[in-house]
Parts: sequence; structure tokens; C-alpha cells
Amino acid sequence: MENKLYVSPSPHIHGGDSISKNMYGVLIALVPAFLVSLYFFGLGALIVTIISIVSCLAFEYLIQKFLMKKEPTLCDGSALLTGVLLAFNLPSNLPAWIIIIGALAAIGIGKMSFGGLGNNIFNPALVGRVFLLISFPAQMTTWPVVDALNVFPMTYTDATTGATVLSLMNEGVLDKLPSISNMLVGNMGGSLGEVSAIALILGLLYMLWKKIITWHIPISILVTVFVFTGIMHLVNPVQYASPFVHLLSGGLMLGAIFMATDYVTSPMSKNGMLVYGVGIGILTTVIRLFGSYPEGMSFAILIMNAFTPLINSYIKPKHFGGK
Amino acid sequence: MLRTFRIGGIHPPENKLSAGKKITALAIPKQVIIPLGQHIGAPAVAIVKKGDQVKVGTLLAKAGGFVSANIHSSVSGKVNKIDNALDASGYRRPAIYIDVEGDEWEDSIDRSETLVKDCSLSAKEIVDKIATAGIVGLGGATFPTQVKLTPPPGNKAEIVIINAVECEPYLTSDHSLMMEKGEQILVGVSLLMKAVNVNKAIIGIENNKPDAIAHLQKLAVNFNGIEIMPLKVQYPQGGEKQLIDAVIRRQVKSGALPISAGAVVQNVGTAYAVYEAVQKNKPLFERVVTVTGKAVTSPSNLLVRIGTPIQALIDAAGGLPENTGKIIGGGPMMGKALVSADVPVTKGSSGVLILNKEESIRKPMHDCIRCAKCVDVCPMGLNPAFLMRSTVFENWETAEKDYITDCIECGSCSYTCPANRPLLDYIRMGKGKVMGIIRARKS
Amino acid sequence: MILIAVISLGVIGAVGALFLYAASKKFEVYEDPRIAQVQEVLPGANCGGCGFPGCAGFAGACVKADTLDGLLCPVGGASVMDKVATILGKEAGNAEPMIAVVRCNGTCSARPRTNQYDGAQSCAIASTLYGGETGCSFGCLGYGDCVKVCNFDAIHVNPETGLAEVDEDKCTSCGACVKACPKSIIELRKKGPKSRRIYVSCVNKDKGAIARKACSNACIGCGKCEKECPFEAITVTNNLAYIDYTKCRLCRKCVAVCPTGAIHELNFPPKKEATTEAKASAAKPAPVEKAQEAKETVAPQQEMIKEKIN
Repeated sequence: MENKLYVSPSPHIHGGDSISKNMYGVLIALVPAFLVSLYFFGLGALIVTIISIVSCLAFEYLIQKFLMKKEPTLCDGSALLTGVLLAFNLPSNLPAWIIIIGALAAIGIGKMSFGGLGNNIFNPALVGRVFLLISFPAQMTTWPVVDALNVFPMTYTDATTGATVLSLMNEGVLDKLPSISNMLVGNMGGSLGEVSAIALILGLLYMLWKKIITWHIPISILVTVFVFTGIMHLVNPVQYASPFVHLLSGGLMLGAIFMATDYVTSPMSKNGMLVYGVGIGILTTVIRLFGSYPEGMSFAILIMNAFTPLINSYIKPKHFGGK
Repeated sequence: MLRTFRIGGIHPPENKLSAGKKITALAIPKQVIIPLGQHIGAPAVAIVKKGDQVKVGTLLAKAGGFVSANIHSSVSGKVNKIDNALDASGYRRPAIYIDVEGDEWEDSIDRSETLVKDCSLSAKEIVDKIATAGIVGLGGATFPTQVKLTPPPGNKAEIVIINAVECEPYLTSDHSLMMEKGEQILVGVSLLMKAVNVNKAIIGIENNKPDAIAHLQKLAVNFNGIEIMPLKVQYPQGGEKQLIDAVIRRQVKSGALPISAGAVVQNVGTAYAVYEAVQKNKPLFERVVTVTGKAVTSPSNLLVRIGTPIQALIDAAGGLPENTGKIIGGGPMMGKALVSADVPVTKGSSGVLILNKEESIRKPMHDCIRCAKCVDVCPMGLNPAFLMRSTVFENWETAEKDYITDCIECGSCSYTCPANRPLLDYIRMGKGKVMGIIRARKS
Repeated sequence: MILIAVISLGVIGAVGALFLYAASKKFEVYEDPRIAQVQEVLPGANCGGCGFPGCAGFAGACVKADTLDGLLCPVGGASVMDKVATILGKEAGNAEPMIAVVRCNGTCSARPRTNQYDGAQSCAIASTLYGGETGCSFGCLGYGDCVKVCNFDAIHVNPETGLAEVDEDKCTSCGACVKACPKSIIELRKKGPKSRRIYVSCVNKDKGAIARKACSNACIGCGKCEKECPFEAITVTNNLAYIDYTKCRLCRKCVAVCPTGAIHELNFPPKKEATTEAKASAAKPAPVEKAQEAKETVAPQQEMIKEKIN
């Protein structure tokens, strides 16, 4: 057979970017936060993460293979990423069966029921987390106490538990808050991936450097929360904590950097991203300060996910030759 | 900070393999095939017939309308036939076949190498000479030059911008021309300035050609009103609107002509052709073509007569490498994949690029993950992902509202897409459909 | 208390009823009740094959029209039109049933590939890019734009031949594929008695030699069929023969003389064992019907002789 030439429309070269490259890039950015959680939560963090990853991958494979009857795409890294993000949003002493239910909700309800990667409206990992938060409020809100002296604690479900910064704030006990430096490093209670602001910011810098995401969403969320809580703090410093505490506590950093920036569920234009980020910031603050839940990040992101199609159709990218 | 256009853009690997190679004249082939439609607009109308003797530079076909161009013989010899010939797109279109006999030029052509700097012609006479010589935009768009030099009533040109950015990867024909014919190009630019009656011209050159920038800057001292502007390397800076934005910081409005921003943009190769046409009476029948590719033995810049089969160019560069997957007429971003190497070189052929099989085959496409990378790189500020969706669902109204007709088909979106979606394939088709709808509405 | 409630509610109800009655009288739009009746018997596929926007539009047009000539529901066919005629008390029109015909027989074996297309799988995109994967720039591309638009699952691309094929039983001649085909290969032709029809299965306008080189099944514009046709139904323009189905009487003389087998006959009974049926490869053998053959204008024997000469 003679050598047949290929013919296709231009362009004839491709930049070599791929979905999996982006997904694995995000995973690399999550490594520092994972190391910190290993340091503080030890075996529990490892077990929760592994269970979450394995069950997410398994559900993705099973659903694609047997329900959707198409070639499973495990290698693109998206299910892996969902698994890691879901684990990061869970307490490190959560029983295995709850994690598996969460993974099913994340992959089955959050992602596959919409048609798989690219078609989902809501961030799958957050769907899983919120599903668990509403179904198992007790287990989901008891966090193991971090013991800085006990490096890599070998405990799992029977760890002693304590309150988080946010629940302290929600109860109005502002004087028991940990110091800012402890919060930066992650020496506090919380879900296993959200504690260390420094590690998460390291991940953000990596993703910005690799051009996986742009600054618009995380920065607009953080600035909005800072300004909003700052104003409230100035109005009533006794009732409302300082904006720095808000920035460093709870899932704000993790959400702003890794959850809200999920490609599929965030707007496409730069201005749209800013609107989305500001929306998340305002909703988070409102829920934190005035709602009954101590943490509002996941709800805020899910609500703004729902607005994403609307933002996309009303806020267009800046057009060449336009104003 | 070097200037560049302000929206989007990408930076593909430059791969300028043939940079610094001297321009060498390719031997005249035994037969040339000169298509009658080598430009945008109406095809030219043949005025020779079978058996006619022609010389180099003899007019073969006359412009077939306002937007059209004359076509001249690139060789001397006998018209073999006027028949349909396979063109770059695999369709058969009318062309003139000429059997080569010797190399006898029309007497009016000045074949000396001496530089003729002065020109006493009026603007109108210059434009007429350009039209007679059949000059078209040599960057690849092949828009007849005389039409561009005749601004529609109510528009006044303020500046001539010369496109010497050569932003397509691999191609170096303009670069080599600037290095070897710098003075002629500058005379050509002066002629263009005179033709549209302006006293300022800026030659935009991307910063990856420092030798050309330095060379022209040295020469430009002797020419009034010509400035050389180094630009940051960014694709698609060679796009007319992008270049205007980069050089004079004005954005041409959607649907408007560049002249509305006061700019007349010409390719650097066109400027050289204008010089030859006006000062040397030489019609456009040869051009510099880059033959390149990673597997090509000797990537080179060849001076080629129009109508030479691409195969002859490939042979001159060391033959078709094994494992060839694609032969592209033009650059990798906007060039056209050829169905065979027998198609002839035309006025718009800026390069012949040979890709191997692995580079040629597209990777399988996935669902859009809305990463918005296409939005980031689109130089026109469009949303390619949504335009593709509108086209797939034949949602022409939405596509029109989203400015699908502004797409310049640069391919940055498809190049970037991590899901390997053929964004431009669909957008190009949708653009054609929407333009048809708009035309139908107007008439 | 109860009484007040009953009375007040009753009053509100009465006022509302009066208002609704007045509104319905004032804004009433008279619609011919027959439109609804006609719509009842229509298939309700809203395919647009009749040329009207949906079945309701067609029903309206039927009621308005003086005669039903030229009005045909391609999906329902004659039986539905008869029902429509009874409802309206009009004569059923004499519109002939039509069917989509793919006029290309450039199978993979007949039409060797010269290059490989690697762009988006769409005929419209490929055809704006270039001539196609073979030497024939007119033929079927096989990326299935027609398949995508068909609402009736009546057209498919055969992976063996690479060509689109119409399912006769499902095709409603709505014409969606005709519009979708960027190469204008698909044509709506008269379905013919017992689905018998003859057509030139090629649209190549290249000169004979080029067309033949590109595809061994191509029409080369030799004009033999034009000369042979006793009814002047065949014209050759631009190196391409075309059979006018309004003039064709299905004599099949042209089929016999075509040197490349570009003229196809469909659903005819096989003539005899010796017939070189292979030429019309797409023809489906139907049960032999002697009576039908006798009716045909040309005796089969004569055809046989011609084919042997050829």
C-alpha cells in the first residue's frame, strides 16, 4: 500500500496540552497539603484518602463500563482528583463506609448522572461532601484533635475529637481561637486537606505557574471574604472574628483554590470568573456569619455552580474592537 | 516592554529550521501549471490559447473583476493546453499548462540588479502598475493589492504598516527576503506610502529575527518616514487586525476594514513585489518559498517560478522523507494540507512544510471540560467552545450574536484545546454558514 | 360564618366565570374545526417533508386549498391523503410518492483512496476543506451528515462501501438529507411502480478519463444511454448523464448500454440467469413476475442481445 497523505483542516500542530496533564497538575499542587495532613492527622488521613480514591475510581469504572457502556477513561485523572478532593473535605476519622457512600454520591450523582466529565453542573467532590454533611452531620462535624507533638499519629477512628475554629466562632467563643501562625501551618482541627493555608497557597502558586488556572477565581473569593468579614469585624469586633481568621479557617482556602476553580463548573470568561468569585465570597461570608452552619464554603460553591451557565451566557469575554 | 496585540495569542515552538539560509533560485521545471484562480476574488480570464508562444512575464490571463488579479507567465515556451488541474484542495480548477522552452524574458523587464530608488510616478500610476503586475498579498491571504491600495470613499489612510512578523512557525521566506533584499523592500514601502499618500510607515518584525531588525534599522536611516518596530513573539501577530493593534494600538471594530483605523497593511514580500513591479517592470511570477520540516534533509528558502510542482521544491530540499504524513502548503497553523505533491506553487504559497506521521495525526477528541483555555488564547476575544457548540447545534443566531464572523481562523483555539476538540473545523464551517445567512438577509 | 364564606367564594367564582366568558368571546380566534380533524389523521411526525411547518401547517394548507393537487404527506402517503380527502370532501391529489436516492456508487473498491481525512467527522466540514479522500471530488464522503439529520432512521452509511444507503421502507422523502448533503448527491425521485426505478448513480462532472480513473463506477458522459433512450428522458451535460424521472418509462435500455454500470435499476425482477446483474450491484433481486415483465415496453430478449453485444 502506498503512503497516503493525511489531510485535515488547519491548524496542523497541537500544543500537546491534554485533560490528564491538567488533572495531574492539580494533583501535584495538592501534594503539599496532603503532606501536611499526614503530618498532623497521620494514619487517619492516609486511610481516608486511599479509601476515597479507590472508591471513586471504582465507581467511575463500573458506571462507565456497565451503565454507560463506553470505554472507561480512568487515566484522565479526573476521578482520581475527585477522590483526593473528596478526602480533603472529610474529617480524618470518618468511618470507611461513609466515605464509600460519599464517593458514590460524588461520582454517581455529581458526575456520571450528567454524562461524565465535562457535562456535570456541580463540582462532584462537593456534591459528595455536602451529601455526607447532610446525611451524617454528627460524623462529619467531629474532627480529631491535632496534637503537634505527636507526629504522624497512628490512630484512625478512635482519636480524641475537638472543635474547629469555625464552630468556635459560630458559638461566639472568640477567645479560644488558635494563633494565626498555627492556622497558617495547619495546627488546628478541621477536614484533612483544609488545615494548612501555606500548603494550599503553595499549590495555588504551582497551578498559576503551570497556567492550569488563572488568578481570577481564587483571588476574587479571598478578597471578597476578607473585605466583607473585615467590615463586619470593624462594626462589631466582639461578635465577629478578624478577617485574617476567616481567611485561614475552615475550607475557604481549599475551596477557593481547588474546588471553585474546577474547570467544568466555573465560568469561562475573565469577568464571569470575577462575578463567580465574588458571589462565592459573599455567600460564604453570609452563611458563616449569619447561618446556622459554621462553614459555608461548599454550599456557596455549589450555589454559584448553578449560576455558571447563566454567567456564561450573559458575561462574554472581552471582544476585540469592543469597548 | 515590546509591544504585541492585547487579546489572546499563543506561542507555538518556532522551529525556524531554514532561518539564515540564503535564497537559492530553483531550476525551471519542464512544464508549469498556472492556475487561473490564485487570489481571493474572481478567477482571471485566460487571453492565450493552446499553441501560443509566451515569454517570461507575458500576460496570460486578465483580472476577471474588480477583486481579481492579472496572471503572467513564469516561463517562456508554448501553451500546451488550458485545462482543469488539481489544485491544493483536491478540486479540479482551470489552469494554463505551459511547456518550457529556454528562458526568454519580456523585453520590458529590467533584469539588472541595480537598485532604482527614485520614482516619479503619481499615486494613481503606481497603483495601476501594481494592478498590471498582478500583485496580491503574498503573506498567504492573496488579496489583490491594488484593491487594498484604493480605500473606499470616506476613508483616509494615515499609516502604512508592513507585516514582517512571520508569526507562523517554520516559515522563513520573509525573513530571508529581508536579509537579502532589504533596500528593495524599503523602496517598495516608500512606493506603497506614495500610493496611499501617507508619510509614515512602520515595519513590524517579531523579536525572534534580531538580525533582520538590525539590518533594516540600519538601512531605514536613508528612507524618510519608515520606522522598524520590534514586536514580542506572539501568534497570530501576522493577522491584519492583530498587527494594527500591536503597532498603533487601535482595534478595528467588528466587521470593519483595517482602513477604518487608518491603516493599510501590506506584507513585506508584497512590498518587494511592488518594488519589482514599479521600478523594474517585473510582473509577479516568482516568489520565495520556504521548504521545511523536521525530517527534511536541507530546509531551504527557494526562489520559485509560479506553477512549479511542489514535488520539485521537495526534491530540491533533499526529497520527501520517509514516514511523511502530511504536506502542508503554508505554515502549520493556517496552511492547507495538500492532497498530492503534484499541485503547483501559486502566488500565495509561502512555504511547503512536511510533517511526519506522528505529527500529522490528530489525537482523539474528548468532551469539552470548559477549561476556557480557548477563550484565553482567542485573539479576537471570542468563546470558541461556545461557537463550536452553536455550530454543532446549528444555532446560527447565537453564533452570529457571539461574533462568529470575526473569527480570523488562526487556529489558536484548536492548538490549545486540552480535549483535542476540532474547534476551528466547526467554527470555520459555522462562520461560512452565518456569512451566507447575512448575505441572504442583505439582498 | 360558613354562609359568608360560601357566598363570598361563590361571588368571586361567578365574577371570574363572567370575566373568562367575556374574554373568550372577545378574543376568540375562529379555527376551522376541519384543521383539527385533518391533523388527527396525519402522522404527527412534524418532519416538514411536505414543505409546511409541521403537520398543523400542512393541515391548514389542505383545508385552505381548493384541490389537493400537489399536496402530499410523504410520511403517510396515499392512504393518509385519501383520509384527508374524505374529511374535506375533495379529490385526493395525484402527487406521486417520492424517495431519496443516493447518487453515488463509488464504493471503497471502485474508488481508491488517495489520501486520508483526519479532520472533524462531518461532510460539511470536509467538503469546505477539499475534494475528498478519493480522486473523485463529487462523490459521497461518507461522514454521515445525512444520517444525522434523518428523523426516521432511514439512511445509514454502509461501513463496507463507505456510502450512504437509503432504507426504502423507512424513507418518507422528507428531504432533510437532500438539504444536508453538501455534495448534492441525494435526490428525491419518483418511487416508481413497485418501487422500481432507474437512475444514474453518479454525479461526477469530470471528463470521462479523469472520472474513470478516480472511480470505476463513474458516469463518464459517453452519451450511449442518451442515444439509446427511446423517450428522450436522458440528457448528458457536463460529462454527466441525468435521467428525467418524469419521462423515464423504465425500459432499462440505458442500463444495458452503460459501460461503467453507473445506471442503476432497483427492484426489477431478474431477467434471466445469464443476465449480468453484477453491473447493477445495488439492485435487489425481487421475485419474478412474468405479467409485469410482459407489460414493459421492451421485450427482455432484446435487452439480452444488447447486453451480449456490449
